[in-house]
Amino acid sequence: MSAAPLLEVRNQTKHFPMQTGLFGRVSAKVHAVNGVSFTVDRGETVAIVGESGCGKSTVGKAILRLFDLTDGEVLLDGRRIDNLPTRVLRPLRRKVQVVFQDPFSSLNPRLRVRDILAEPIRNFGLASSSQDLERRLVSLMEKVRLPVDSLGRWPHEFSGGQRQRIGIARALAAEPDLIICDEAVSALDVSVKAQIINLLQDLQRELGLALLFISHDLAIVEHISQRIIVMYLGRIVEQADKRTLFLSPSHPYTEALLSAVPVPDPTVASRRIILTGDVPSPVKPPSGCFFHTRCPHAEARCRAEVPALVEVAPRQFAACHLRAAMALPAP
Amino acid sequence: MNTPASMHDRAAQPRTAFPAAPALGDVLPPMRVRTGVAGFAYRYPTMAIGLVLLALMLLIAIFAPYLGTVDPTALAPAKRTREPSAEFWFGSDAFGRDVYSRVLYGARVSLAVGFAVAILASLIGLLIGTVSGFVRALDGVVMRVMDGLMSIPPILLAIALMALTRASVQNVILAITIAEIPRVARLVRGVVLSLREQPYVDAAIAAGTSTPVIILRHILPNTIAPLTVQATYICGSAMIIESILSFIGAGTPPIIPSWGNIMADGRTLWQVKPYIIVFPAIFLSMTVLAVNLLGDGLRDALDPRMAKRV
Repeated sequence: MSAAPLLEVRNQTKHFPMQTGLFGRVSAKVHAVNGVSFTVDRGETVAIVGESGCGKSTVGKAILRLFDLTDGEVLLDGRRIDNLPTRVLRPLRRKVQVVFQDPFSSLNPRLRVRDILAEPIRNFGLASSSQDLERRLVSLMEKVRLPVDSLGRWPHEFSGGQRQRIGIARALAAEPDLIICDEAVSALDVSVKAQIINLLQDLQRELGLALLFISHDLAIVEHISQRIIVMYLGRIVEQADKRTLFLSPSHPYTEALLSAVPVPDPTVASRRIILTGDVPSPVKPPSGCFFHTRCPHAEARCRAEVPALVEVAPRQFAACHLRAAMALPAP
Repeated sequence: MNTPASMHDRAAQPRTAFPAAPALGDVLPPMRVRTGVAGFAYRYPTMAIGLVLLALMLLIAIFAPYLGTVDPTALAPAKRTREPSAEFWFGSDAFGRDVYSRVLYGARVSLAVGFAVAILASLIGLLIGTVSGFVRALDGVVMRVMDGLMSIPPILLAIALMALTRASVQNVILAITIAEIPRVARLVRGVVLSLREQPYVDAAIAAGTSTPVIILRHILPNTIAPLTVQATYICGSAMIIESILSFIGAGTPPIIPSWGNIMADGRTLWQVKPYIIVFPAIFLSMTVLAVNLLGDGLRDALDPRMAKRV
């Protein structure tokens, strides 16, 4: 039997209460994440894709325990961490770090780069002496290809791409096993984006990091990840290896999503699947399969029953009633 | 038309060497970066004017005994209500006291009250606002109390509080502080609530930083800019409230010359002897103007989005 995966998320559910009125009565709940389960192995890159508001960032933040789960479990190295008291959890936080989307608000403007990077090193007691701390800071700057004299400068002295490198350095400072990249390159220019992606891949090879790459950009996801999880309205609709997913998507939503990726070849006739309607509100999600309101193949069953995530092909999981019954046209 | 000779010359040059671009004449005049006091005054004119006026008032308050003044409480019944003259620069009041001396000494009360209230209200408001922003359970109760206090005009609240106690400068400071705290608390709470949603706070949590350290390192330093601006406005408002309290006899005891007291003394005579009221009024307006200019300047200077002139 293989060892426990680095990260395992079981039936993760997060509902945000909406409070109204004078006494904060809970009038409704935002169903941000509904029963999401997946694993990330050591050194692996898993991507979570989906459109805005599908709960992909909530999944990442819940793993980081930035808030408590409504239901479900998060296991790190086989140990449950979602129910630990903060005092016990704090040393374990070292293993999972995060890089955020906005390079401007993710660095405290009142701290020098040196202090930003020293914070996790000090918190986790990683440096044995002040010389060791200095050596670590210099090595972090080298790892993210920034000049060493940047340490004494303020965040506002850097460009967006450079700040994102500082954000990556801060994540690396804790010597994590897993870095959650929450739209880590979405705010950057295309050329800078490529640099940061390459940097992440180099670091991953060098340090054996696992990456949980949360993104809406399929081109980047195709480039960087090994496994892809497609989310829609807080549920996983499909999960498969990258090649399988891109070559033979199983779920109608994945199909539509992939057809939206522009093909840089004018001779290829585009077979764009245009979905009608909007994403339903996560406050009142539809019954049955959440996708039935927009699915071109929806039947009566889809409106009544929630489809389970089943293995439709080796290592390919999809949550669709019609997958078995109907042969979806392969692209 | 090219002659063969010139073509030959060109060909003789090494092929890799490109002729250096001719030096361009300066299109723009050389930029002179103003430094020092002149540079500061150029970049932040409002703040500079405010600071100069305020410094002047501070000097007047500190060196009041050396500026040709006499005892501001000395009575001279024989020399009542004199016009401004060489002896009484700003005239004398109904008891023959020198208005010039009283106005200069009055600066002490106004500035002391203004600064003390600004500092006290900022510190207490910072504490209340931070607790309210971080402890969700207390937030509702604390902010409703603050709303309640804010629903009473600060002057009325200060008058009510003064009615409960003896007239003294300390009590005036306390009363105005209590009336001004809700404004600071509300501001700080809002700033704290928005700061704690910042990704760098989330990153600090992920980096294992404890909540007290997050407040000290990541939240409080970022509240200083808006708090400083608010403190200057409170300073100006406190000076005005002090004068109003003194004017209606609910503030500084009448024995102590404060601008409000001087104006109160002169109010019955203002149609015939306007100078008794005019001089303290000018000083009060100038000081409050100085403080508010400083506040406006600080607000602009502390906002990184505002481009700075060089």
